[in-house]
Amino acid sequence: MRLRLLIAVLAAAVLGLAFTFPWLKTPILLALANGLAVSGVIVLIRAGQVSFGNAMFACLAGYSAAFLARAWHLDALLLIALSCLFAALAGAVIGLFIVRYRGIFFGMLNLALSMVLFSVLGKFGGLTGGTDGLRFDRPTLGFVHLEREPFETALLVLALGLSIIAGWVVQRYFASVSGQALAAIKTNETRLEYLGISAKRVFWGGYVLAATLCGLGGSLFALTQGLVTPEMGYWVRSGELVFIAILGGSGHALGAFIGAFLFEFMKLYTAALLTGAWQLVMGLVLLVMVFVAPTGVFGMIERRLRPGRSA
Amino acid sequence: MSGYGLLSTRGLSLSFGGVVAADAIDFDLQPGERLAVVGQNGAGKTTFINICTGYLKPTSGTVLFDAVDITGHTPRAITRRGVGRSFQLPQVFTEHTVRECLMLAASSVKQKHGFFLPLAQAVDAHEVDATLDLLQLSARAHDLAGSLPEGQRKLLDVAMALVLRPKLMIMDEPTSGVSTDEKHGLMEVLMRALDERQVTSIFVEHDIDIVRRYATRLCAWIAGRIAADGAPEEVLRDPIVVKNVIGE
Amino acid sequence: MNSSLFALALMDGVSYAALLFLVALGLTLIFGVMRILNIAHGSLYAWGGYFAATLGMGITHFGLSPLLGLPALFVAAIVIGVFLATVLEFALLRRILDKDPILQLLVTFAAFMVLEDLQRMIWGVQPVFVSDVVTQLGTLSVAGVTYTRYQLLVLPAVAVLAFFGLRWFLGRTALGRQVTAVTHHREVATAMGVNTGRVTWLTIAVGGALGALGGALASPTTSFTPGIGAEMMVLSFAVVATGGLGQIGGAALAALMIGLTRSFAVYLMPEVEVLVPYLIMVGVLLVRPEGLFSTAATRRI
Repeated sequence: MRLRLLIAVLAAAVLGLAFTFPWLKTPILLALANGLAVSGVIVLIRAGQVSFGNAMFACLAGYSAAFLARAWHLDALLLIALSCLFAALAGAVIGLFIVRYRGIFFGMLNLALSMVLFSVLGKFGGLTGGTDGLRFDRPTLGFVHLEREPFETALLVLALGLSIIAGWVVQRYFASVSGQALAAIKTNETRLEYLGISAKRVFWGGYVLAATLCGLGGSLFALTQGLVTPEMGYWVRSGELVFIAILGGSGHALGAFIGAFLFEFMKLYTAALLTGAWQLVMGLVLLVMVFVAPTGVFGMIERRLRPGRSA
Repeated sequence: MSGYGLLSTRGLSLSFGGVVAADAIDFDLQPGERLAVVGQNGAGKTTFINICTGYLKPTSGTVLFDAVDITGHTPRAITRRGVGRSFQLPQVFTEHTVRECLMLAASSVKQKHGFFLPLAQAVDAHEVDATLDLLQLSARAHDLAGSLPEGQRKLLDVAMALVLRPKLMIMDEPTSGVSTDEKHGLMEVLMRALDERQVTSIFVEHDIDIVRRYATRLCAWIAGRIAADGAPEEVLRDPIVVKNVIGE
Repeated sequence: MNSSLFALALMDGVSYAALLFLVALGLTLIFGVMRILNIAHGSLYAWGGYFAATLGMGITHFGLSPLLGLPALFVAAIVIGVFLATVLEFALLRRILDKDPILQLLVTFAAFMVLEDLQRMIWGVQPVFVSDVVTQLGTLSVAGVTYTRYQLLVLPAVAVLAFFGLRWFLGRTALGRQVTAVTHHREVATAMGVNTGRVTWLTIAVGGALGALGGALASPTTSFTPGIGAEMMVLSFAVVATGGLGQIGGAALAALMIGLTRSFAVYLMPEVEVLVPYLIMVGVLLVRPEGLFSTAATRRI
């Protein structure tokens, strides 16, 4: 219950910030988009697996939104829905073979696939806009044509709503039969098989969910920027997603968003204060976190909220 | 019934790299039996169990469970037919609580692929609690499986399999790694649980005392074959068994 | 494709493969001895290259003998590689040995981020390209095709030396055999009296030096800009993964495969040039997830 209160307070705070300081809307949107992608990553982490390639789903969704926007000028809601669907399909297809792998092999294959996508997007410029990426015009939102400011506000509210729903979906999944079985993959896959449960099928379900969430993040990212570039799918991007997951706390969906906001705002501050050495600061912060608080910021919060219970 | 028992093998063979791990084994197990399996390391007993539970595929021969051919089936499929297994090193979900382990096991009974169905709602709580009770794990229901001492981990290992209401329980060295004074207590709880659930059992054992006390039948394995098969006391008096298995 | 283009592509491929091999060798050595994938390895490549360029510029600036050019590359590599690798090992790697693998990866990723920014702060964003060594060594003509001596002779020679040198060291020297022991089974090696801490540090230092050497040797032929470390990281990883983690022979074969295919792609189908290493990696991993030269490990489900 206290957790729900915390979420409500945080959501209100985000809205408050957005309306008080309009220049914060873009960073907040980016943080929400990242948070969604990271919530996908924590699904995989729950299975004890880490993918250094999940940015590819965000990238695929972003590019499909861009293509659809340029070709058919669809409404933003449709763009989000369709690009998510595309990411989910990609996840489903890739998942079919990738769920046979575990640990470092799983991570490597994801990385390889994401680099293939990255390279293709960069090189086949005719179709994809090459390394400069693709721009697209601001679409309608809810079939209403909006100017830049109101569009951002509306998109932010939408993103916040989607984030809360996504967080709820992830937590519900974690408590579900499939989600609990997914967590069991981490500790004892053999046992799962000997209980008559298909670890591969369970993992596939988690993988598709992760891909969809990353796709949702990617489509929001694209809509915020009005631009998609191959960098969205670069391996460093995927690494940042994992980074945010650990920073915020990979045990709970809220951790993903806390991490994303911390990440985005740390970037802002270091950009202002240290002329862009944000990677240096982040790297050091992460190192401290790993040694001092490996369960992330959420882990620290949880200890206060629910003393005596482990994630 | 066609002359097959609950578990039967015909001509079961497995060899790799010149080693004959299983040598044309013909075997029948009847319902209600408590079969102990003995043999030195490498004699083929674990291989036999691994083939019967789907972990290994035989080079030739068949395995039948409940008169159905399960040769080469996956562990998952065989589990679903009613064969439960526990391991020499207990295989539990170390980051789940004892109760959660059982709930996960129980969830596979109804096969509900619940993407949104909370685990707690997908299982029969009574079934889970009854099994916890049966294996005397109720006191530790909310402890992490990884924190259990070896003996209770073994019981949990068995409990997880029992929750699926198997007809046959195959246990690989149920008392190994447990201190001598705890061994008998452990077997008592195990055997009582199996009796209550009317589960036929096979257990691999090194402790001859345990074999004498709890088995209704004994098979001695030597070099991939069953060298002796019958009532425990008789088999234990067999000179070949004494020489090759008990090794005094 | 006529024969001179073929020869050019072949030479390009081999010299590129030589660089890839050196970097991948360092990465795979470190993985072998620590079972940790060092994401900061790409930074060692970058730093090696930048530092070598700086030394090169220093030689010109101070009017020192141009003959120092080539040795300076090696000096740069060893100094920077050993220094950074030691710092990494001492400050981070040895403290994460028993942590969750995900955390281990993230620690090296954080180190990568820190080194990237430090590199940018030191050397800026303008391309750095000091090619004196290459021009000095001149060109030679083989079968009517002109090559630079650097690419045709120096790079492959260093790679071959590294390969056989390392094989000899690991197989024939006492210290080398200790490294092999620690690689195969850390606990057993400690029990046998091997000073695993020192052996580990040594291997990491050598691995780091190799990574930096790749960069140093690449610097006269490529201009170094921010992001080159990230690019080489994922590329060298592709080589290591394809060859088999911890496999020296595998790294050599994979480096040749990737280097040559990429080079021929440049001449035949330039659009796929960047794609090729990762397609190869996916292809190999799908068929043999443990890489080309994997040890026959019994996978438990």
